[in-house]
Amino acid sequence: MASTETTPAKDAAGVEAGLDALETTATSRPTLRQTFTGKILPPVIALAVVLVVWTLLVPTVDDPSKLPSPAAVGDAFKDAWLKGELLGYIWTSVSRGLLGFLFALVIGTPLGLLVARVRFVRAAIGPVLSGLQSLPSVAWVPPAVIWLGLNNSMMYAVILLGAVPSIANGLVSGVDQVPPLFLRAGRTMGATGVKGIWHVVLPAALPGYVAGLKQGWAFSWRSLMAAEIIASFPDLGVGLGQLLENARTASDMAMVFEAIILILFVGIAIDLLIFSPLERWVLRSRGLLVKS
Amino acid sequence: MATTTTLAEADQSVGYAARIEHVSKSFATPGGRQLVLDDITLDVAPGEFVTLLGASGCGKSTLLNLVAGLDRPTSGSIATDGRPALMFQEHALFPWLTAGKNIELALKLRGVAKSDRRDRAEELLELVRLKGAYGKRVHELSGGMRQRAALARSLAQESRLLLMDEPFSALDAITRDVLHDELTRIWEETGLSVLFVTHNVREAVRLAQRVILLSSRPGRIAREWEVGIPQPRRIEDAPVAELSLEITDVLRGEIRRHGQH
Repeated sequence: MASTETTPAKDAAGVEAGLDALETTATSRPTLRQTFTGKILPPVIALAVVLVVWTLLVPTVDDPSKLPSPAAVGDAFKDAWLKGELLGYIWTSVSRGLLGFLFALVIGTPLGLLVARVRFVRAAIGPVLSGLQSLPSVAWVPPAVIWLGLNNSMMYAVILLGAVPSIANGLVSGVDQVPPLFLRAGRTMGATGVKGIWHVVLPAALPGYVAGLKQGWAFSWRSLMAAEIIASFPDLGVGLGQLLENARTASDMAMVFEAIILILFVGIAIDLLIFSPLERWVLRSRGLLVKS
Repeated sequence: MATTTTLAEADQSVGYAARIEHVSKSFATPGGRQLVLDDITLDVAPGEFVTLLGASGCGKSTLLNLVAGLDRPTSGSIATDGRPALMFQEHALFPWLTAGKNIELALKLRGVAKSDRRDRAEELLELVRLKGAYGKRVHELSGGMRQRAALARSLAQESRLLLMDEPFSALDAITRDVLHDELTRIWEETGLSVLFVTHNVREAVRLAQRVILLSSRPGRIAREWEVGIPQPRRIEDAPVAELSLEITDVLRGEIRRHGQH
């Protein structure tokens, strides 16, 4: 047997420490400059291009009732801001949207879990649940108005019908994609039944669930706008959908543009502020976010 | 059905870590029932290191699943001294937890008090030489480090029997070599019983006190060898190579039988 100064145990420890150092690579967060040139600059340039094309188009159309100039739309924003109404419009819609989304979350999560784990429930309502995702939620507005009348409950009902299927389906696909190895590992450690669901199935299904939440928000927002446009009623308070409908009735094209831009940007902003960071955090903590 | 699986009380010693008696297992396939394991009888003594060696289709992983309680034998009985821990070819660490929290989860599921978990997890990480990896996520660890963290999580179960299903076969040769040394050291320090499945003859001889060769389709115990070579062994040692050669010849003979039709 080979005789060396070091004992085999010490030798192994040394080799091991070396291997560990060689095989682990340090990961670093992108710098502020990289974020600016990679993430912020491109959309800013795209926005500038849109504004330039828009400005160039205005003289060719030459009809402010069809295509208002960017300046006129800017004035519409300024007016609403000076009258102190702009934030009110936004808040009316955002508070409805988020509250409706929270209801959808509370209903969609247990529903998704039931469909994912109980074979009978899956066979019974699984196909309907995924089918509902492709039904435009605007189709629910007429029956909701008839059942519930022109009020806030009607709005929430429409949001729920739009968002619950997305959230439930996200959780179902998340649970379906849990690697069987994790379930076996959990079982050998004693995580069975409810413990298994809590400690293994749910955390493992989180990426799919978060993707479902993200889509659920997009559906909530769309459904709400459809409901606000169709069921426009002064007593309900003016949200962004009503603003759009009012502008159409008044043939004020600058205000129509203002409303559309607000609807678009609020939807994007909520996604960027809440859902995208949530998704990135979930994926990054699992090493699933591929850096390019 | 003659299936009885008894879990002995953890406190009283039963004289064996695992007792496998006349175990057979068959699965339903489109072509009828297929016998995978045929009348396996095998004891693992407390503190013993046994490797199960065989080619593909010998049912060695199936046998390990049966001992782990993840599946039931078609006939025969399996008894173990407490619930065994199982380590897989893939690390099976949970990616949503840090290395330390993975170990703490195993402790929690065993009923260890919250206040003791952190210290115990740090101790176990030190045992597998991963001091400082407590807060590391799984994807931040190298392949060898992951398998050591998985070993620490298995040890956290405080089982008397550790089942290992080709745990090092996905690692490069250098890392595997080092992990052999580590496993031998930890086995000697903890007094665990180990039932280790592999298709690598040298690995079997390097690690075990007893090597059991399974034939394929159906899996039967073909032969067994006591390995008297003193630890610490190295995979390159002449006695290891010599015994490996002898076992390989028998293994090849077993495999060759399947081609003669």
